[in-house]
Amino acid sequence: MATSWQEIIDLGARVPAAVPEPEAEEPQRRGVLRRLRESLSKSRQALSEELSASFFERIDEETWERLEEALILADAGAPTTAAVVERLEHEVDAGTVPADGAAVRDRLVEMLAEVASTGRAPIDLAGEPAVLMMVGVNGTGKTTTIGKIAWHLSKEMGLRVVLAAGDTYRAAAAEQLAEWAQRAGAELVRGEAGADPGSVAYDAISAARARQADVVIVDTAGRLHTQDNLMEELAKVKRVIAKQIPEAPHETLISIDATTGQNGLRQAKIFSEAVALDGVVLTKLDGTAKGGIALAIASDLGIPVKLIGVGETLEDLRPFDPTEYANALLAE
Amino acid sequence: MFDQLSDRLQATLSDVRSRGKLSESDVDAAMREIRLALLEADVNFKVVKTFTKTLKERCLGSDVLDSLDPGQQVVKIVNEELAALMGGTGSELAIASSGPTVILMAGLQGSGKTTACAKLARFFGEQGKDVAVAACDVYRPAAVEQLVTMGGRAGAHVYEQGTDADPVAIAEWALEQAHAERRDVLIVDTAGRLHIDGDLMDELARIRKKTRPHDVLLVVDAMTGQDAVGVAESFAEAAEFDGVVMTKLDGDARGGAALSVKAVTGKPILFASTGEKIEDFDKFHPDRMASRILGMGDVLSLIEKAEQQVDEQAADDLREKLRTDQFTLEDFLTQMRQVRKMGPLSGLIGMLPGMGAMKELKNADVDEGELDRVEAIILSMTPAERVDPTIINGSRRKRIANGSGTRVQHVNQLVKQFDQMRAMMRSMASGKMPDAQQLAQMSGGAPRPKMRRR
Repeated sequence: MATSWQEIIDLGARVPAAVPEPEAEEPQRRGVLRRLRESLSKSRQALSEELSASFFERIDEETWERLEEALILADAGAPTTAAVVERLEHEVDAGTVPADGAAVRDRLVEMLAEVASTGRAPIDLAGEPAVLMMVGVNGTGKTTTIGKIAWHLSKEMGLRVVLAAGDTYRAAAAEQLAEWAQRAGAELVRGEAGADPGSVAYDAISAARARQADVVIVDTAGRLHTQDNLMEELAKVKRVIAKQIPEAPHETLISIDATTGQNGLRQAKIFSEAVALDGVVLTKLDGTAKGGIALAIASDLGIPVKLIGVGETLEDLRPFDPTEYANALLAE
Repeated sequence: MFDQLSDRLQATLSDVRSRGKLSESDVDAAMREIRLALLEADVNFKVVKTFTKTLKERCLGSDVLDSLDPGQQVVKIVNEELAALMGGTGSELAIASSGPTVILMAGLQGSGKTTACAKLARFFGEQGKDVAVAACDVYRPAAVEQLVTMGGRAGAHVYEQGTDADPVAIAEWALEQAHAERRDVLIVDTAGRLHIDGDLMDELARIRKKTRPHDVLLVVDAMTGQDAVGVAESFAEAAEFDGVVMTKLDGDARGGAALSVKAVTGKPILFASTGEKIEDFDKFHPDRMASRILGMGDVLSLIEKAEQQVDEQAADDLREKLRTDQFTLEDFLTQMRQVRKMGPLSGLIGMLPGMGAMKELKNADVDEGELDRVEAIILSMTPAERVDPTIINGSRRKRIANGSGTRVQHVNQLVKQFDQMRAMMRSMASGKMPDAQQLAQMSGGAPRPKMRRR
């Protein structure tokens, strides 16, 4: 089974309140496993079988070319693609990997999973309160991701969550977050439209301290990484947060749309320069896009994927599992 | 936009151009470079294959290799093929002969549909059309509120029934309203949906059937990778879209999606969204974009923008003032505002031929905040000070700085820059071109300490 939420979150010494098993939701929860399987297989059926069938019947020059093509089409990018294929080819030539379809496939999945695990670490929520900041380009799914994280932390792990509506720019962004706060049973701190996002974050942390909440999740307005002034604003939000708690934000995540191409690498790089990223949330993986850009980000910048979004429902935001992902990446 | 693709293609082509004679292997090498540049720009793998094949065939033709300037010919061919790849000279929206023109917007989540709706509404509003938008995204929390706010800002009427109604019913109702209220244009916003979500795609097909739109537009994020093509194909099937709106072109996306979509679906890119502001939205001209990618500039767009914004009488007045050396800070303010109406300055620089190659200017980050500050400072001056800045003494400087919320050195800096500008204008009026240093001084917000007036 894939990585669980408990495994991917570091709560430190905190002992969360016991969560009553939600009885009413039982039938739906059983459906979760089925949904997971479906959402993964909808676009990438029968992963490993197909991979071996289509790729490694014979192993020759054409195999490597097709493999290159597949990785490029998955948005893994030219440098990462070249590196992986070259290494695999080399190992097969050297005989460290037997020139046998199944063995080559297994080794490839292992390699891809290795790249995808670069810098892997749990989401650090040990602070009291812990501050998690969400950043990213417009339309990548920040607010939705925050809503779902809040729900998991609150409803499944029994943490008290405060949401900071730091997107004071986009029309109705705070309303969107308010709906999520209600669903997750989290408290929402918001400012006026156009208010300073730093002050909203500041107020939210004060509120969290006053009420002894466990986690503050700070939403920020979507911004293109090329807008220097907005990147500077983001850095300022971070500085304001650090004024309240010096080591905060303890975790800064960037949401990257799985359909994004090579530009995703630039996004991660420039956001990282502004606010030091701890991880990626790869959203919208339920489409046909493979999100190979996550490989490029991990191998180039050492920023690991921590969560993935595979659908609309709350359960569809899940901890990232490198092996599962590596398998899915190459499925037709 | 398209900077990185642009850089690589330009580097390859300038190498080709510098050769007097081209051999087949030169062309081969150039094609390999172009192929890699396109792949790294997220142009679809299959599109790249076909594109480089066509390109190579044309470049190896005897009319090219035997011509006097084969390098130049290759550049010309690449330019033509790039433009053709994106859709030639550009296409127009279908407009209703009577009653409201109905435009249906579709796309993936987060591609920027709602924003594009508002921007399109403003685009039509600017042409004097009475525009309404229909809020049919009942799924995303607060999407209706967003459209109400943004549509209102765009000067459009918003038809909404909250989030409890059925999107198909809302669309139908909105169409009736638009007819009854004699709107010129009705733009229907729909929920973002995954192209593999059968139910939602079916809903889109039903909205399409009920509203019989004149145009169905697919909204595509310019940063989309290889999957852009799959998405476009699926939407083409369910919604038979007529054209594409490219969003987020203001980023450093390499434009692969823009280059692929037309090639694969045959549908042209009609509009491009190039910024956060509601006016950052324009018709898309593939031929001009191709020239821009190759660093050949887009003077046509620049002239059009200027024509839209610049009042001819004011321009005449200005010319006269420049000639007679009566240019004041007041005129400077008017000028600055007029230029800023044309959109962000960094966008304008990209349209100038050859500017792509001038690294310094391209990377010169035109700080719009700096311009706001300049405005504030001038507005804090008395009319007399604006006409003759030389009367601004120490206490006046202090007052102006206080009034504009800036510092005395900012005021000093502005007065100094204005002085330099006047000097430059005098030399221009006398027929001399300013040199690059003078230009840099003028455009540069930050003072460069060592520069001295001549």
